[in-house]
Amino acid sequence: MIKFDQVTKVYSGNPSPALDDLSLEILKGEFVFLVGASGSGKSSFLRLVLKEEKPSRGQIHVLGQRLGALSSRKVPYFRRNLGVVFQDFRLLPNKNVFDNVAFSLQVIGKSKGFISEAVTDVLKLVGLAGKATRMPHELSGGEQQRVAIARAVVNKPAILLADEPTGNLDPTTSAGIMALLERINQGGTTVLMATHDASIVNQMQRRVIELSNGAVLRDEQSAGYQTQALPIQHSTGVSNTTGIQTIPGLIR
Amino acid sequence: MAEVGSGLRRNVSMVVSVVLVTFISLTFVGTAILLQMQINQMKGYWYDRAQVAVYLCTDTDTTGNCTGAKATEDQREQVQEQLTSSTLKPYIEKTYYEDQGQAYDRFKQQFKDSPATEFVKPEYLNETFWVNLKNPSQADVLVESLSKVAGVQSVVDQRGYLQPIFNLLNASSYTAIGIASLMLVAAVLLIATTIRLSAFSRRRELGIMRLVGASNRFIQTPFVLEGVIAAAIGAVLAGGAIVAVVWFFVRNYLAQRFSGTAFIGMGDAAVVVPAVIVIGVLLAGLSAFIAIRRYLRV
Repeated sequence: MIKFDQVTKVYSGNPSPALDDLSLEILKGEFVFLVGASGSGKSSFLRLVLKEEKPSRGQIHVLGQRLGALSSRKVPYFRRNLGVVFQDFRLLPNKNVFDNVAFSLQVIGKSKGFISEAVTDVLKLVGLAGKATRMPHELSGGEQQRVAIARAVVNKPAILLADEPTGNLDPTTSAGIMALLERINQGGTTVLMATHDASIVNQMQRRVIELSNGAVLRDEQSAGYQTQALPIQHSTGVSNTTGIQTIPGLIR
Repeated sequence: MAEVGSGLRRNVSMVVSVVLVTFISLTFVGTAILLQMQINQMKGYWYDRAQVAVYLCTDTDTTGNCTGAKATEDQREQVQEQLTSSTLKPYIEKTYYEDQGQAYDRFKQQFKDSPATEFVKPEYLNETFWVNLKNPSQADVLVESLSKVAGVQSVVDQRGYLQPIFNLLNASSYTAIGIASLMLVAAVLLIATTIRLSAFSRRRELGIMRLVGASNRFIQTPFVLEGVIAAAIGAVLAGGAIVAVVWFFVRNYLAQRFSGTAFIGMGDAAVVVPAVIVIGVLLAGLSAFIAIRRYLRV
């Protein structure tokens, strides 16, 4: 699904690389946490997956495509297979909930009928069915993030990238967001989430990739935020533990 | 389309300035083209009428090949022979001879309000061969072969009198083109700035569009259209100004005052106006296209 092969990313003006000879692979249907201190390379990793940046060295394969060989004209079509969620939601303040979600379908040229059906469905999925006509500023942070997630997944992407989606939210709201991401993952979407939130990672017990200075410090299945094992341990079985399900998804 | 409208509304003042600058610059462009057309038309008109005059000596002439004696019958016939000879014949369309009496009549008519007619007598005036050339620019051949012939005072190409006028008109048309191109540069830069501003005020939308995979064409089309529409309004205004100039100034003023001269008409304006609109739209589209590319870089 996502494969990094000895990828190095150096930004101009900064001698130490953001990613240093990084190799890893993320499989279809996985739920992966990307953890590490600020500046460890998490955001660079996500930007490289999106092809917002080019690697200085190495190969990146996403969804069977070699990103280095992808012409810039084809990048938009490649991105339609990816959903992205940010810490700061990035909603359009002058559009209501429905239009914010519909916008991402309009700009890729979907028909009106398809849009109204798909948006209604996805708003139901994220638990905002009754708030389609609200404006973003009338919503709580958690609800705004749900709208952002709805926008990211309305086109049924194969991969959902989330860059600290709970960074601005309180623990209870965060738990609701995680339940939603969990549900999306169960629908077959690969979820890659960069986060600093230790309690969420501990709770979920999913694959954890910890970066440090642009290199993989550990890569564990069913792990917590802090390592409880030897660094870089490759276990094969994908955990089915879904601790989050014991927490009710809070929808306000 | 709705986005184009909202983009135009959002920075009305910039759009108005784009409209005005393209309006003025394209008016200059159009005027320069019309002036060139006018020059060509006048050249055609006057050069067709411009003749080469072969003046023969009079009793009082001492210039040229004259010795103060009137050209003899023989000398006149010699010139006549030269004009019909096989060397000069191919260049000449027609020739006619004007004797002193005819020259005097024409002189009296031309200067009938001037006191000069009282002093001038037929003897003072040159017998003249008026020569119409097939190609007026080949007058040099005639001047060269006839000015050394005995009894010929001088050979004058009348086009020489017209040249200063055309030089003046040419200079003013180049000035108009110079001003027009400066204004066009300003218009292009202004359009680029306007589009960048418009893109900047919509950078959130643009960011999201790029994120969810809107194609480059989808993203840039509204901006390019915005620039093109603003410039097209200016170009249409310029077209209107050009038509007005031709209609009110040239046809209804100049052409009535100077009825002997050929002036450009509405047919010429009908050629210039579409050209001006096409220039405006193409330049605007190109500059908007280049300006927006920065926001499409991935």
